[in-house]
Amino acid sequence: MTVHDTATAHHDDHHEHPSWLAHHFDDAEQQFDSGKLGMWLFLVTEVLFFSGMFCAYALYRNRNPEVFEFCSQFLNEKLGAINTGVLLFSSLTMAWAVRASQLKQTKILIGMLGATLGCAAIFLGVKAVEYSHKWGLGLLPGKFYRSQLENPVHVDNNYLYNLCIVPMVMLIACALYYVYALVTASKFHLRVAGPMVVAAACFFGGVGLGNYLESGEGHSEHASSGHHGSSEHGHAEHADGAHDSAGHGTEEPAKAKLSLVSVDNSPIHDVLVTPAESVTPQSNVNQSAMAGLFFGIYYCMTGVHAVHILGGMLVITWLIVKASREEFHSEYFGPVDNVGLYWHLVDFIWIYLFPLLYLIT
Amino acid sequence: MLPIFADVHDTFWFPKQASTFAPQVDFLYDVILWISIIFFIPIVIAMVYFMVKYRQRPGYKGSTEALHNTFLEVTWSVVPTFVVVWIFWEGMVGYLRMQTLPSDTEDVKVTAKKWVWSFKYKNGAESDKLYLQVGRDAKMIMRSDDVLHSFFVPAFRAKRDIVPGRYNYMWFQPTVEGTFDLFCTEYCGDNHSGMITKAIVQSEEEYNKTLALLAKEPDDIVERGKWLYERKACKGCHYAGTEGAQGPGPSYNGSWGKPVPLAGGGEVVFDENYVSNAILNPQGQYRKGYETASAMPSYKGQLKLEQIEAITAYIQSLQSAEPPKK
Amino acid sequence: MSVVTSPVTMPDKSQDLGKEDNYLTHTSGFLSWALTLDHKRIGLMYLAGVLTAFTAGGILALMIRLHLWNPNIDKSQAWLTNQQYNQVFTLHGAIMVFLFIIPSVPAALGNFLLPIMLGTKDVAFPRLNLGSFYLWICGAIFFLFSLFATGLDTGWTFYTPYSIESQGPVVAATMGVFVLGFSSIFTGLNFIVTINTMRPPGMTWFRMPLFLWATYSTSIIQVLATPVLGITVLLLAAERILGIGIFDPKLNGDPVTFQHFFWFYSHPAVYIMILPAMGIISELMSVHSHKGIFGYRMIAYSSVAIALFGFLVWGHHMFTSGMADVTTIVFSALTFTVSIPSAIKVFNWIGTMYQGTVVLNTPMLYALAFIFLFTIGGLTGLFLGALSTDMHLHDTYFVVAHFHYVMMGGTLVAFLGGLFHWWPKMTGKMFNDFAGIVSAAIVFVGFNLTFLPQFVLGTRGMPRRYASYVEEFQQLHQLSTIGAMMLGCGLLVAGLTLLHSLFYGKKAPMNPWGGATLEWECQTPPPHDNFSSPPTVGDPYDFSGIEYDPKSGGYIKKKK
Repeated sequence: MTVHDTATAHHDDHHEHPSWLAHHFDDAEQQFDSGKLGMWLFLVTEVLFFSGMFCAYALYRNRNPEVFEFCSQFLNEKLGAINTGVLLFSSLTMAWAVRASQLKQTKILIGMLGATLGCAAIFLGVKAVEYSHKWGLGLLPGKFYRSQLENPVHVDNNYLYNLCIVPMVMLIACALYYVYALVTASKFHLRVAGPMVVAAACFFGGVGLGNYLESGEGHSEHASSGHHGSSEHGHAEHADGAHDSAGHGTEEPAKAKLSLVSVDNSPIHDVLVTPAESVTPQSNVNQSAMAGLFFGIYYCMTGVHAVHILGGMLVITWLIVKASREEFHSEYFGPVDNVGLYWHLVDFIWIYLFPLLYLIT
Repeated sequence: MLPIFADVHDTFWFPKQASTFAPQVDFLYDVILWISIIFFIPIVIAMVYFMVKYRQRPGYKGSTEALHNTFLEVTWSVVPTFVVVWIFWEGMVGYLRMQTLPSDTEDVKVTAKKWVWSFKYKNGAESDKLYLQVGRDAKMIMRSDDVLHSFFVPAFRAKRDIVPGRYNYMWFQPTVEGTFDLFCTEYCGDNHSGMITKAIVQSEEEYNKTLALLAKEPDDIVERGKWLYERKACKGCHYAGTEGAQGPGPSYNGSWGKPVPLAGGGEVVFDENYVSNAILNPQGQYRKGYETASAMPSYKGQLKLEQIEAITAYIQSLQSAEPPKK
Repeated sequence: MSVVTSPVTMPDKSQDLGKEDNYLTHTSGFLSWALTLDHKRIGLMYLAGVLTAFTAGGILALMIRLHLWNPNIDKSQAWLTNQQYNQVFTLHGAIMVFLFIIPSVPAALGNFLLPIMLGTKDVAFPRLNLGSFYLWICGAIFFLFSLFATGLDTGWTFYTPYSIESQGPVVAATMGVFVLGFSSIFTGLNFIVTINTMRPPGMTWFRMPLFLWATYSTSIIQVLATPVLGITVLLLAAERILGIGIFDPKLNGDPVTFQHFFWFYSHPAVYIMILPAMGIISELMSVHSHKGIFGYRMIAYSSVAIALFGFLVWGHHMFTSGMADVTTIVFSALTFTVSIPSAIKVFNWIGTMYQGTVVLNTPMLYALAFIFLFTIGGLTGLFLGALSTDMHLHDTYFVVAHFHYVMMGGTLVAFLGGLFHWWPKMTGKMFNDFAGIVSAAIVFVGFNLTFLPQFVLGTRGMPRRYASYVEEFQQLHQLSTIGAMMLGCGLLVAGLTLLHSLFYGKKAPMNPWGGATLEWECQTPPPHDNFSSPPTVGDPYDFSGIEYDPKSGGYIKKKK
């Protein structure tokens, strides 16, 4: 598992090295400092990675503020706020976990890591509701975007079911693992399986919560959006571009309909090009070249962020395994500390994403 | 002398100087070249001299000292700094001159698309070669229909990218009559290297003659109709071929003589009256299925009767083929 | 010449070295290489990989030159069709940049040398190091797919909107770039941490060999610039799959934004390529002159300066794109700032020879060729940094010649010099010095014959990426093609020399050149753990006690 295992297989002469110290490091401090510096550098690359998308966001919001205002109304800020809270709480539990690992409080450590994992699962559950809801509405990136002028828009929940398949399998697998742990009565397996079952269940808690809030007041809010997008097009070029791409707009929804299984058959795509509509600023905004771009940026940013959450869940699970073996103590807690740093960064990025995407007025 | 030293080029390095920018660019180039030589030759001489003088040989023992000399190190840091500041300054001055548009210019609209150039002049004339008047400032108003292109005439020392989605501008003043290569220098796909045309610089008299000739309508009535179709913006919406994408308006091909269903119900025949009405009063009779297309402007007062007749004749000539499938 | 080192058979070949344990013989079997955490073995595997990539890229380059023998205006006479030609130059650029030059010195030589020069057992994160190598393999597979799927014709720069419309496997290629980017990031991260935390007692920053300074500067760029490339190609892939429109003018996006994103990485990437090469030259010049490097601190600082200034000059790739005038002028001014530290280095290298004992062997000749070629490459950069001349020269063969002088005349020649220099240490075999000198001479002449005419082609207006050209350019193109063939032969000789040494080379002594850095105090080839006891760290450029020992055929350090 560790570097040391493979290395000491060849070098049995390094007796002075404790098992948790890799063979090429002189002492614990050097190992800890290296890990920490490495993690900070990695975080720098992560920030730069996201900064590219923040740049794209800034550029296009600056160019088309009305698009961002128009589209932001389709994002449910309640769900966003809940997710922000969940992630903030998970940062607390993660920080506590680091402390617990230093003090060798194994139970608290596993509990806190489990709580962090659960929060991450809730976050993803809520996100799944948000995504599936938007897909049902045709709020898709780029060329797949469908106009939102028709009212009421039918919401299809099949996407949600599909999104829930993998977590459901995970839940079942974790539950089976837990049963196995109970049967074998292995302390180690019980310690690992418990948090995993809770976390997998948390996902569905998140889905339930999100569904309740999204279906409660989804539509009426979206429907009353007539006055949005009132700012003018300062640039003649933009208007041009919009007309050019109107041609695409008419064709693409049809394609999107084919490729996405169960979209209803309301004649949304015909509305796009009625002469009366095509001159209002709102209909300029409400097409793939404009709103599609917003949702492109939205899905890229939140999607890449969600991938980071998933990655974080993987390494936290790895920590739970290590913690269950009671590997951490006051001289060796680097992995918990570093994963903690990573997790705080992922939260931190969400704290920027939330106002930038959800709270535009 | 080697043939490469004595071909069509006026100097070893450059093609003919054919614009007001050329002497200035060439001057800066030559100065940088001399600066480079002045730096390069001593470096090579020192290198070769040290190689020989301090080479390993029996009986010779080099020193391991001489690792530092503040005076030298400061000198060879500071002197190049002054030199490059000067080069930067000269380059900037020249650049700003290229960027500052003169007030009175001959405007040419340049459209680049894979892999052809099209130039449109003030009097409506169009050509695939660029015609210019000697001694007169010319301004290029450039846009691309598809991907990135770049306008480059080596003899003018002038280059500018053409970026889809925006207009880019450039200007220059040709100083010599003649024919010069015009290249696309931004990679644009399969036939990028075929996207070459000529910039033809003529005297004022010749230039005006060329433009008039380019702007003159052809004599043959069908040809004239086609000529008008291409220049009066019909082409933007109405398709005349048999395959490929259709525009937002009804296609011309194969329509002649067929019944046309109207939006308000009923039918009319596609004939001289229909065409004339559609050109002069397009909103009068919407064709079924095209109600939602953006409104066609009326050409009343813009086209003479005989021009409408020419367009009619052109549409009539297109009826041989099947209409393209929508 | 592609597979200079065959990882699987290596251990057996070196059995005859005697019973002493070294990293090649330490363990054997395929898995002992595939799963190794030893930085030296990873370095060797990188070396095999990048040399293979270089061979592929080189063959594509020769295809380009052969095709351009004729103007090809008459398409029926042309050797390649336009589409084929476009694919060939695209893959030539992409393979050379992403698979060869960027990982060549840092990943191959750097991996092998960095811990040994530092006197440590390994890099800080050996598993991450192996991971980087497999990411590189993964990226190479994506490129291989693009090569065989054919049709990648966007140029290595992937400029939009052409890359959005193109029929080629752009998504596969961009994923390759993405993966290779992460390989590069992790290598850089590893090196920074290693140098920061694992220097032995006594090795202060200013007692580090200059190669490590250069590698450190390079790593900073790798870590800071590459993520932006990652997100850029990810957005490009999203653009193609989803049509999100950030870079697509048809969907209200802006192609120039792509250029900014792309060059924000790819310009610093140029310094990822050249800085480690400069590090090699600093080592070579001093070791083979048997004299300390002239102006150590200036060279060290200039590496860092180049790394930092390198981040501020990306705009000079877009002088003709129609940026605002102020932006253009500021970028031009910043561009010139990079030229000063580069110039300082050249002067210092020359100064290093002064009063030294210059040995004209293969590595030294490559180093001298580097100085000659790199100086030309650097000076021609002045023409392109100055705005008004760049208006004429941008996107012509002048640019092509300029960056080949820097990338190939610079990095490749330095890489070859470094490879010959450290070859005995890596393999335990001496190569035939005469054959090496011949290769250096052919490469030098062939290189100049290939690329000097291209400067003239450029000033006369020949645009780059042209499959056919107007006839007046033909003679210069033919000269260039002849040069390219010669260059190819020179490289072949170099490859054969190294290959020959593997089988017939004499056993290499511990310190064949008389270097003072730590790798020369290490056994040849190095043992698994590099040093049995921590080495004593001295001045890396103190040559005073090092003398030739006829018995071993190498140099030994006399106790003062």
